[in-house]
Amino acid sequence: MSNILEIRDLVVSYGGIEAVKNISLDVPEGQIVTLIGANGAGKSTTLKTISGIVKPKSASIRFQGEELSGKSPDYIVSKGITLVPEGRRVFDNLSVAENLKIGAYLRRDSLKGDMEYVYGLFPRLKEREWQMAGTLSGGEQQMLAVGRALMSRPKLIMMDEPSLGLAPLIVKAIFEIIKTINEEGITVLLIEQNANMALKVADKGYVMETGEIKMEGTGAELLANEEIKEAYLGKQKK
Amino acid sequence: MSLTAFLQYCLTGISIGGIYALIAIGYTMVYGILRLINFAHGDIFMMAAYFMIFAMTDFFLPWQVSVVIVIVATIVLGVVIEWLAYRPLRSAPRMSIMISAIGVSYLLQNLATYLFSALPKGYPEIPFLKQIIHLGNVSTSLVTFITPILTIGLVAALMFIINHTKVGMAMRAVSRDFETAQLMGIKINRVISFTFVIGCFLAAIGSVLYFTPRATVNPLSGALPGIKCFVAAVFGGIGSIPGAVVGGFLIGISETFIKAFGYSEFSDAFTFVLLILILLIRPSGLFGEKQTEKV
Ligand SMILES: Nc1ncnc2c1ncn2[C@@H]1O[C@H](COP(=O)(O)OP(=O)(O)O)[C@@H](O)[C@H]1O
Ligand SMILES: [Mg+2]
Repeated sequence: MSNILEIRDLVVSYGGIEAVKNISLDVPEGQIVTLIGANGAGKSTTLKTISGIVKPKSASIRFQGEELSGKSPDYIVSKGITLVPEGRRVFDNLSVAENLKIGAYLRRDSLKGDMEYVYGLFPRLKEREWQMAGTLSGGEQQMLAVGRALMSRPKLIMMDEPSLGLAPLIVKAIFEIIKTINEEGITVLLIEQNANMALKVADKGYVMETGEIKMEGTGAELLANEEIKEAYLGKQKK
Repeated sequence: MSLTAFLQYCLTGISIGGIYALIAIGYTMVYGILRLINFAHGDIFMMAAYFMIFAMTDFFLPWQVSVVIVIVATIVLGVVIEWLAYRPLRSAPRMSIMISAIGVSYLLQNLATYLFSALPKGYPEIPFLKQIIHLGNVSTSLVTFITPILTIGLVAALMFIINHTKVGMAMRAVSRDFETAQLMGIKINRVISFTFVIGCFLAAIGSVLYFTPRATVNPLSGALPGIKCFVAAVFGGIGSIPGAVVGGFLIGISETFIKAFGYSEFSDAFTFVLLILILLIRPSGLFGEKQTEKV
């Protein structure tokens, strides 16, 4: 299977402090890949760098064979990579419908079909179409953030802790949506604190610790790994 | 005060208020998007007056053509200032960019002094705009009469752009969250430049309306109106366009009546008293949002 995204030797530093130290990772086309690890490990930084909003110190980021390192965020979006940022970051001063439209900012074609598609995935958003996004609940905002990302018609959707702070029922719904999106052919790169659920849906996983990749394997392998059980799955086990 | 005099003052106050509103919008929009108080805005307004002198007095162009030139030149000036003095400080602490703005303000004042001397220069006559019209018992110049109408029209157009166009939506998004706006594919620098284009466009029109009934311009002519309009924006809730408009009209009308009642020397001080009162009583202004620190 070919890799849609290949990262080699990614180094990112914030004013001299290295947040990501020379990592490499592959995202095979059509799969769900998850990146787990403790707070501060450098997961969000990795995704922000792929999106172009953080500039790497050095890196090769190849997407469908094209080198994207150093390119602007709008160029990267136009190539089919989108990020659902940590903490949802919906535009609370825009309506639900506008949030979706702005997700398709670079597109010039009709958005009608895409809006209907997103409303089909998240009927609650349809009901709240004209509400300001700031008035939505946390779960609804997360749905909106995912819907907004889908509006750019991505080939690769990256999600940064989509389940953070949400009720278990909503978390389940979000994971269902991740699977649905993936089944429709969109590759997923998922960051999660909820390692248990993430590894269950993932074809492949990476474990990140203090800026480095400590382990990689299929979702099932990592789920069965003793070290990981102890470090990341302990608390989440029911 | 007779009814006629009262109406006369109302019209004068509404007119100057409309001009203040146009300038205050420039402060409030730039603040909304960059969280920057563009201290140079009043001086950009002053430079617009010199552009008019250039076009009409030095190049003998008709006023209609000159107004277009003033608008274009003022927009170019504002966009270049943003590009040179604010953009390089995009990720610097907010205080740095504020200081840069103060620096640009003094730079423009001194540049104008150097280029045009500190002596007042005659503002060109626009007979068409200065013609006297009669509305019942009240007589006024055409410019006084059309200023509020023009203001309302421009504000309506602006609100339409902001609320119903794609670039307006991008402006609202950028004003809330740079990083996420970038993730949508928005080129934030373009949106910021566009904000300066609008602010300077309105300042250029405000400048023509403000100076036409006045005889002269000097390099400090923009300072006091600039501060008043800044106060108008703060009063309305900085970041809010309707707030800036209400604030502009309120200050214009208030100072006109203060002058009418014979307290001319107090009319400018009033602005500052107002500023202190707002900051004490309701720092977020009339329509301002609660203080939310930008992340
Ligand atoms: N904008 C920033 N400026 C400085 N340091 C940062 C910034 N963002 C993140 N960091 C630091 O980089 C490291 C990695 O952070 P992050 O990528 O957010 O980790 P994670 O998403 O895995 O929790 C942390 O030590 C964090 O404090
Ligand atoms: Mg993170």
